[in-house]
Amino acid sequence: MFEFLKNLDKRWIFLLMFLAVAIPVYVVGKTGKAFPEVPTMLSESTFQAVEELHEGDPVLLSFDFDPASEGELGPMATAFVKHCAEKKLKIFFMALWPVGPQMIDDVVRKVIDADFPHLVYGEDYVNLGYKPGYEGVIKVVITDLRELYTTDDKGTNIDEIPMMADIHSVQDFELVINVSAGYPGTKEWVLYAVTPFPDKVKLVAGCTGVQAPLLYPYIPEQLPGLLGAIKGAAEYEKLVIDKYGGEHPDPKYLEAKRRMGPQLVAHLLIILLIILANIIFVVEKRRERR
Amino acid sequence: MKRAVPLTITALGGFVLIVAYFIPAAQGWGEIAAIWFDILAAVAFVLGGGNLLKIHLKKVSDRKGGWGYSGITLAAFLITLVVGLAKVGVNPNPHFPEVALSGGYREIGSPFWWLYEYAFKPLTATMFAMLAFYIASAAFRAFRAKNVEAILLLGTAFIILLGRTFAGVYLTAWLPDSLSGLKIENLTIHIMSVLNTAGNRAIMIGIALGIASTSLRVLLGIDRSYLGTGKQ
Repeated sequence: MFEFLKNLDKRWIFLLMFLAVAIPVYVVGKTGKAFPEVPTMLSESTFQAVEELHEGDPVLLSFDFDPASEGELGPMATAFVKHCAEKKLKIFFMALWPVGPQMIDDVVRKVIDADFPHLVYGEDYVNLGYKPGYEGVIKVVITDLRELYTTDDKGTNIDEIPMMADIHSVQDFELVINVSAGYPGTKEWVLYAVTPFPDKVKLVAGCTGVQAPLLYPYIPEQLPGLLGAIKGAAEYEKLVIDKYGGEHPDPKYLEAKRRMGPQLVAHLLIILLIILANIIFVVEKRRERR
Repeated sequence: MKRAVPLTITALGGFVLIVAYFIPAAQGWGEIAAIWFDILAAVAFVLGGGNLLKIHLKKVSDRKGGWGYSGITLAAFLITLVVGLAKVGVNPNPHFPEVALSGGYREIGSPFWWLYEYAFKPLTATMFAMLAFYIASAAFRAFRAKNVEAILLLGTAFIILLGRTFAGVYLTAWLPDSLSGLKIENLTIHIMSVLNTAGNRAIMIGIALGIASTSLRVLLGIDRSYLGTGKQ
């Protein structure tokens, strides 16, 4: 047994990880039950940043992620859009990643088209689309948005879009919400939008787990709210659903909470594997000494 | 000339941005430089595509090891490029029905949408999801409590792994309020917001100083490594 564990084939580990994720996915899907979430201060402050806005306030949502990280960031993007729509904010979408527009399309279809069909494109929400240039885009739109965005994503002239009338730069938005999977993303928004204009630009963000530790140094001055990975999304989802979900919230707004089940079992498996590996390591050391 | 022109452009661009940052009257210069950068970034996509074609065509023509993968890369690149640029199967915009290419390239049901939805999306998501398997395997093989530093790292990893799930809350729920700071979810927050932040800030300050000195060397033309060796 010891020899089997010592030389454990990685395919056994792959199988265990597959089961650790697949079984909770099946159980959660079948029962609809998920673990309870207690929102942390960062999720609360992210929620409050949106909550403090008033009806009609313009908010910019920059979706800087792709399908690779959709599993982690999709639920928080959905929750952000639902929250903004419930608050009747003017929603402006943009993207610094080439497939960001597809991420925007997905969320618009899932949230706005399905649950807020009364919202009118161009009056209540608009998709400005993707622009190449990484942080260069932020450096331009922070002072002159129209220099780069002469049309929206559909090719409509910016001047013909009613909700663009009072928007000349990112400084005109009451809040910037960034959903980020890497570069360019939240760090660039902090460096090139918030830092030069700390009194004009307020930023909250949702990011992947690997990014979160790198963004903590900007909290709370430059980044008052941050949702870290699926855990942050689940906490934010809870806050949004508690206030706006009604008695029987749509399961699509509880996606992050559901994904916490597989995450729990996968994390426990990793801990058990590390403990097992260290027991083998200690036993081997003792045998060598003898 | 081959080196003087890029060096001059680099120095000019860099100093204009520095001046624009510190002198409000020159802010417009910085904006113009930033717009030029965005235009160049858009052109870089064309260069990137050309480079990809060059490298993989050469691999295929030389029949180098793994040239079949290069063939697949080329086929995928060219099919996606043609389908996207020509807007194959896309209906014209209702406002401009007579203009064939006026429709949106992401139209639902179009071949480009199909490629994105059924090839790009599942492939990239799969690549990312596979990390879970490799992390588990690597954790089993590499994470050993060999010394004090490794034990500290291991302990921190356990706290964070548990603290990011309901297990953390469940395991230490019995602790009284007077010891709430020892609850795993609170320890996680403490590690992230105090220890991690302190370490990261120190690293960031170091990196920033390094970037400032390297940038100055580049702008003054002392460091020319970004221009290549000239032998390619």
